[in-house]
Amino acid sequence: MPILEGQGVTKYFGGLAAVLNVDFRVEQGEILGLIGPNGAGKTTLFGLISGAHTPNHGVIRFKGENITGLKPYQICRRGLARTFQSVKIFPNMPLISNVVLGAHFGTPVRVKPAQADEQAARLLEFVGLPEMVSKPAKDLTLVDQKLLEVARALATKPDVLLLDEIMAGLNPTEIAQAMQLVSKIRARGITILMVEHVMKAIMNICDRIIVLHHGEKIAEGTPQEIASSETVIKVYLGE
Amino acid sequence: MIVTFLDIVIAGLLLGGLYAIIAMGLSLQYGVARVLNISHGEFIMLGAITTWALRTAFGINPLLSLVLCGPAAFILGFFLHRTLFKRLMATSASPGIFEGNSMLASFGLLFVIQNLALIAWKSDIKGYSYLAIPVNLGGALFGANRLVTLGFALLIGVAFYIFLTRTRMGKGIRAAAQDPSTAGLVGVNINRVLAICFGLGAAMAASAGMLISMSYPVNTAMGMEYTIIAIIVVVLGGLGSIPGSFIGGFILGVIGSIVTYFDPGLALVAYYLIFILLLLLKPTGLMGK
Amino acid sequence: MNNLALISKNFLVRGAILLVGLVVLATLPFYSSIFATIFLSTVFMYIVLTLSWAIFSGPTGQISLATAAFFGIGIYISATLGNHLPLLLVVLIGGLASTGMAWLVGSLTLRLKGVYFTIFTFGLLELMKYLLLWFEVSFTGTRGRFVVVVDYNTVYFIMLAIMVLTLLTAYWIRRSKFGMALQAIGQQEEAAEHIGINITLLKVSTFAISAFFIGAAGAIMATRWTYVDPYIAFNMNYSFTPVLMAIFGGLGQLGGPVLGAIIFTYLEQILITKFSYYYMLIFGIVMIISVLYLPNGLAGLTLQWRSRVMRGKYAHS
Repeated sequence: MPILEGQGVTKYFGGLAAVLNVDFRVEQGEILGLIGPNGAGKTTLFGLISGAHTPNHGVIRFKGENITGLKPYQICRRGLARTFQSVKIFPNMPLISNVVLGAHFGTPVRVKPAQADEQAARLLEFVGLPEMVSKPAKDLTLVDQKLLEVARALATKPDVLLLDEIMAGLNPTEIAQAMQLVSKIRARGITILMVEHVMKAIMNICDRIIVLHHGEKIAEGTPQEIASSETVIKVYLGE
Repeated sequence: MIVTFLDIVIAGLLLGGLYAIIAMGLSLQYGVARVLNISHGEFIMLGAITTWALRTAFGINPLLSLVLCGPAAFILGFFLHRTLFKRLMATSASPGIFEGNSMLASFGLLFVIQNLALIAWKSDIKGYSYLAIPVNLGGALFGANRLVTLGFALLIGVAFYIFLTRTRMGKGIRAAAQDPSTAGLVGVNINRVLAICFGLGAAMAASAGMLISMSYPVNTAMGMEYTIIAIIVVVLGGLGSIPGSFIGGFILGVIGSIVTYFDPGLALVAYYLIFILLLLLKPTGLMGK
Repeated sequence: MNNLALISKNFLVRGAILLVGLVVLATLPFYSSIFATIFLSTVFMYIVLTLSWAIFSGPTGQISLATAAFFGIGIYISATLGNHLPLLLVVLIGGLASTGMAWLVGSLTLRLKGVYFTIFTFGLLELMKYLLLWFEVSFTGTRGRFVVVVDYNTVYFIMLAIMVLTLLTAYWIRRSKFGMALQAIGQQEEAAEHIGINITLLKVSTFAISAFFIGAAGAIMATRWTYVDPYIAFNMNYSFTPVLMAIFGGLGQLGGPVLGAIIFTYLEQILITKFSYYYMLIFGIVMIISVLYLPNGLAGLTLQWRSRVMRGKYAHS
């Protein structure tokens, strides 16, 4: 049974279909890429999975349970976390507090303050940020803010992590580091679903890829299949 | 004399005309300039009291006062926006923070205006009589002053509609309401448009005050109730929709008239119940985005 | 001295000062004038109102204008029940009634966009006024009520107790994970919800808890006015002044609202005797100036000044 799946997922904003009749499945332990031209509906789909929006039609199942229509905090506590395309850290709080909050509230289990602090410190190390920095998060560089968001999401002990364009705006060195981080996260047993425009990253780390265009799924397969698919090439180069 | 349902509806439309103007004024300020101006009612009060003062001191015809007070209120509103709210836009870190700060600033303004009026005119209730001649409409009697009020409400509404759709400035306002940054890109002088909207909102409030003073007594504490009514109408019509405020005003006026027929003290309570219903069922209102 | 010893010494010193202060305040009525007792009761009241407002509206940024409504509920509870029930019970019920109203208002409006909450709380005052007026006219046939008389020392002690409770609650919330979560909600609500924070429940609960102290304060202070009616009990000044005090004092520290409350209560005392309308006018102007030029309030300014001085001190090391 896939750890995350959706059937017929559809979302309208006004009269426009942002996501139209999308079926998808994510197997446990895999890294699934989600690509498509701008406006294809990728971030909307993320929002539908995370609970930020409710689908007009369709069902989304997580670990076998129907999570359609649940609120984001409920979905998070069941083990699904996400990062945001426009980085949404808590700007006026120190780094450590950003992550501590995830540790406290992200799981159904009660966590003692000392434990939360310790978990947060270890996670900051894991993503490559200096621990215990009491600088307000807004003073960080873009890269570090993205890493912070990942650490915060990991603090909620997810089984599935949604990464929304974490490599956007990074230079090649930083992209390589990010790719390493993604592999490290998968090595911990976390399933990853990532939206990305950086093709090198997608092709190298993803096990499978789904392609969206105008809200619909137009292709699905391994990186090799996708790279050689005529429909995909047309969509990216044709228009 | 039997009061028919039609009488109540007509009375409601007369009231609704007033509500439509004050709501449109607030909608301009919040919908376009993004200022939740809770001192809106104080501008209404100013319009009402200066009209009373000019009438009692110099015998000036209230309708003439409208011609004087309206532009004066516009200038005051324009000036306030240029000095106070424009600076707040610059110092606020985000639109959300600006909305909060401008609301707080208008809260301060409420107390400044109300207390200045208290110092000038004390707190007793004042009134004057103008055009209190009964007019026979389909068997029921209505004061000519009320009919003039409705006439003016419709006039202002239509004039404003033409202004918004046919003039260049009006189109600029609509553009700014939709998308301020893009409007700036296509050559709309955003700062001027926002200040004009704020000034227009103040002018509408003062005009409504003048009209109110013709038919009802006035005092320095009357503002807050009208602010609340304006807010409820704006929510009913839909936050950000100026036509919605116009229609919503008439709807609420009719409802108010019906409720007043049964129990005069419950009109505001009824309005609040509608407010609560809206929040429960459709917060975006009738025509809101 | 190593770090731990330094921290605990700092904590002990602060704790000792607070304790001494508390003892002084608790014994004050026995050695000072009636005027001082009454004046300090008013100071305590404004500290309670201002802090209660700041507990919710400070971190979340959602501005409540309902303080006067909750205060008025407390007053009316006192006016109706004060002659039938023991005083402490009346104060407690006043607080609980406020909490109940806050829970209702919060549940209705805090799940929507922020502006709805603010405008609903703004109108709540007039609504309560009209409801009670209509009720009194239609049912009880009275206009206004007489409140049970309580001696000013009792008022002082109860007000002091409420203030201490409010301070402790504000302090505890601030330092707990809930206080952090409230900050997160105020800074980035969508992200807060996505890391497992039930934002609506947290907002409504905090709002309801903060309202308790306002209602309790209203219940005890009502005894200072022998006669109340809806116009006296529901007065927009009690929504405005606490916000002014909090903004001016500064929301970043706990001491900010307290400082603001003390300053403006004192100012009000001086001005009200000489210029009745003028003092509210001045307060209105100060509010506008504070919003324009004092984003972090007075407490924020002193913090900036202190850090500049500190930097200067270490510049030579």
